[in-house]
Amino acid sequence: MTTLVEIEDLRTEIRLRRSVVRAVDGVSLSVAAGECLGIVGESGSGKTMTALSIMRLLPAGGAITGGRIRVAGTDVTALTDDAMRQVRGNAVGMVFQDPLTSLNPTMTIGDQIAESVLLHRGASRAAAMARAVEVLGLVGMPRPAERVGNYPHQLSGGMRQRVMIAMALACEPKLLIADEPTTALDVTIQKQILELIDSLRVKLGMAVILVTHDLGVIAGRADRVAVMYAGRIVETTTTEELFANPRHPYSEALFSALPEKAASETAGVTRLYNIPGQPPDLTAPPPGCKFAPRCRYTQSKCEELEPSLTNGGDSHEFRCFFPVGTAGGAPGSADVPAAASTERRQEHPLAPVAASGEEVELLRVDRLVKDFTVTAGAVLQRNVGVVSAVADVSFDVPRGSTFGLVGESGCGKTTIGRLIVGLEKPSGGRIFLGGEDVGRVSRRDRRRRARTVSLMFQDSYASMDPRMRVGTILREPLVIARDGSRSAQAARVAAMLDEVGLPAAAAQRYPHEFSGGQRQRLGLARALIAGPSLIVADEPVSALDVSIQAQILNLMRDLQREHGLTYLFISHDLSVVRYMADTIGVMYLGKLVETGPAAAVYSAPVHPYTKGLIETVPVADPAAERAREHRGVTGELPSARTPPSGCRFRTRCPRAQELCAVEEPPLRPFSDGSSTGAHQAACHFPLREPEPASAVEASRQSSA
Amino acid sequence: MTIRAATEDLILPSPGLPRAPGKTRGMFARGLEVFLENRLAIAGVIILAVVFAFCFLGPLLYHTDQVHVNLANENLPPGAGRPLGTDNNGYDILGRLMTGGQISLEVGLAAAVLATCLGTLWGAVAGYLGGVTDIVMMRVVDALLAIPTLFLALVVVSMFPPTETELILVIALTSWLSTSRLIRGEALSLRVRDYVQAMRVMGGGSVRAVLRHIAPNAVGTIVVNATFQVADAILLVVALSYLGLGIRPPQTDWGGMLNSGINSVYDGYWWQIFPAGIAIICVVIAINFIGDALRDAFEVRLQRR
Repeated sequence: MTTLVEIEDLRTEIRLRRSVVRAVDGVSLSVAAGECLGIVGESGSGKTMTALSIMRLLPAGGAITGGRIRVAGTDVTALTDDAMRQVRGNAVGMVFQDPLTSLNPTMTIGDQIAESVLLHRGASRAAAMARAVEVLGLVGMPRPAERVGNYPHQLSGGMRQRVMIAMALACEPKLLIADEPTTALDVTIQKQILELIDSLRVKLGMAVILVTHDLGVIAGRADRVAVMYAGRIVETTTTEELFANPRHPYSEALFSALPEKAASETAGVTRLYNIPGQPPDLTAPPPGCKFAPRCRYTQSKCEELEPSLTNGGDSHEFRCFFPVGTAGGAPGSADVPAAASTERRQEHPLAPVAASGEEVELLRVDRLVKDFTVTAGAVLQRNVGVVSAVADVSFDVPRGSTFGLVGESGCGKTTIGRLIVGLEKPSGGRIFLGGEDVGRVSRRDRRRRARTVSLMFQDSYASMDPRMRVGTILREPLVIARDGSRSAQAARVAAMLDEVGLPAAAAQRYPHEFSGGQRQRLGLARALIAGPSLIVADEPVSALDVSIQAQILNLMRDLQREHGLTYLFISHDLSVVRYMADTIGVMYLGKLVETGPAAAVYSAPVHPYTKGLIETVPVADPAAERAREHRGVTGELPSARTPPSGCRFRTRCPRAQELCAVEEPPLRPFSDGSSTGAHQAACHFPLREPEPASAVEASRQSSA
Repeated sequence: MTIRAATEDLILPSPGLPRAPGKTRGMFARGLEVFLENRLAIAGVIILAVVFAFCFLGPLLYHTDQVHVNLANENLPPGAGRPLGTDNNGYDILGRLMTGGQISLEVGLAAAVLATCLGTLWGAVAGYLGGVTDIVMMRVVDALLAIPTLFLALVVVSMFPPTETELILVIALTSWLSTSRLIRGEALSLRVRDYVQAMRVMGGGSVRAVLRHIAPNAVGTIVVNATFQVADAILLVVALSYLGLGIRPPQTDWGGMLNSGINSVYDGYWWQIFPAGIAIICVVIAINFIGDALRDAFEVRLQRR
């Protein structure tokens, strides 16, 4: 195959107010025509900057300071701005992460796609529009001729990303750069988009550079992978080779930090390996190997000298003195971090305290309903419709356990969290906390209730007042609860900081001085400080990198064990929920469609949606990922304003029949051999036969 | 979007805890540091300090008669004993620049403070309470905004004899509207921030939300807006005086000086126009520099690097 893109010793710097970030530091890559190269790395590793350098679309202050980038033989670093414009969108197409902000809201999608054809091909308006319809059809947009007149806001997220791809493809580029093309999308849509990019690559014979942080996304799609860390490529090889035999300790650590690996053994759940520390500051990178401070095999040589890319045979290159699998790279070295231990956790760490049924449930949600009214007009506020966010959801969470709520965005999982902490009022149904009906508590008791439940946010930075010191932020729950003297509160803050692994001096600092992982630790500390029994964690790790995510998940586990906490763990990421939760509840469009013990739901799903969801999640295993083509959930989430009649999932369900549109399926128990009645699903045509009718009758009576 | 987000990723993860533990500087000290980094802002502060000293301390050193008209000395060019010449009433221009400046600065500052207070209160209440209250309060603002500022000022001034207090009130009453809209928007967005939600989950109430979270986070907007209000107020005084509806003689302000100077523009009496004009430009530019720097100083994210 001919080489299409060749990057030699690329250096890209970004000038800040007082310092210079070496975002890309000596990267060399090549992409053959028709090949898919994956670039993986954590945020700040320089993967996006590498991609943007090829397009010469660097942010303000950014400049290519060295090296060469050849695209089809032309050195783009030497081109004039005019000549560069001919490359962008013509020879090289790019797809960005967020399809909403990347599209112009005031232009129809047809015009936006036609724009690049007009610019580069000199086509007539009519011809350009015809081409727009053609590429829209190519990217799988239904009824493209009608859709060209639509504006971006009229399309769903998945459809917008298709439009972005169509724009990138309009001029038949030889190279498509996809920068985190599916990060902002739901897993079910992610799968569709990745498959689309893959099929287009084969059909059009173009090369693809797939930039992502998600090893699972890379696994099934890329031919070769480059792992980036701190602005450098630390390892590059074929996808199969990397996943089967990672040589750089960083690649290896990334794999061990994946929650799905830890949860895959059925006997128990191992503790996640967490990469200690954080990526280096690229304004003043350390001498020697950039990964040395966090590496489990570090020796003194690593901190002094920088290893160069060495070839380990079969075009497997890595940047390490003591690669995994050699004598120096064996985990026998003296100071292996304790975190690497494979200490096992039992599925139910804290056996429910009391045997009597009523006592053990800390949280009981009973036929919870939440509708949001949609209003129109600024003054009159006419009600024009109702969004059914949560529709008749019931579940129990025993004290000391973790209930994982999982589903696509818009399924109502966050609303349930907000209802439980009291940020929203239910439209119907009841919430019991420790046996007490939350809806009936008086205003005075709200303060007391606030001490038993707390909320952990997805974006912990946004959840902390930027003008307060961390000490003040952490003390706030105690101040509101009028708990203890000032000095007692300060002592509690210091103790809490210690517990989440931050120095006491952190109390004097402001939130913006901390990294994402540290902020999430602070978020956890604040959630814990008033001594709650239930913590509602709304996507607590979805904004974090894999290595940091593992640190937070482990910490949450440890604290749960120490304090006997109960978690309601809300996430869109099935593998994280599987790792954390004892019981999983799967939600779809406001309905709880399946609930049961985590292992049972994950390994033997009953509801077609659960099964589809599990199959859709990309797994960091190339063989498995390639083997299961064309399965998973297809189509898009219907609007919650007009949910489908009967079973809400029927519009996307492969097993749907007439009955599904007429009658809403009740939750029925399914046996797993172990605990009967714990595993329930709402489906007329489940993947397994439910328990005998007598049991069904019993459950119907209890729910009625 | 993507590009910006990517840069922030590179910047935000700080390695460990930056700087050695110990006493850390507060928000104010950090803000001051960013402020002092801005050369233009320092120039602005110096210019303003010089102008203030000139207007309020100057008359103590340089004595002139600014009360009695002396037609014998009218329209004299700069010379010995009268560094900037005299105007058409025989007043010494340098001395007049000082006393006129006092009024311009006093009116500008007082009006801005008054307008900011009123606007902030109005906007914050409307934004935080929301609903019908917000709608009614903001329609009032919209209605008042529909009246041209200068026209409103002219009407009020023509009904009541313009004294200094009068001018302050008129200007404050016409310029609080934009502030109130700004603060209302700020309150609307602050009200739904995650940290206010977090506080509500903890069981905190509205008073705590406003005092501990909304007000401190809006203070940047308030202060920055206030500085620009000062500049606007000074220009409005100038405009009113220029139209002959300013302070009554023998008192005057910079606008009034411009007004009388412009009458003799064809006579070549340049010394009657330039000093007041330059003074106005200097003060307004200085205040705008300071306002710009304050905006940066209050921006939390800029404070670290």
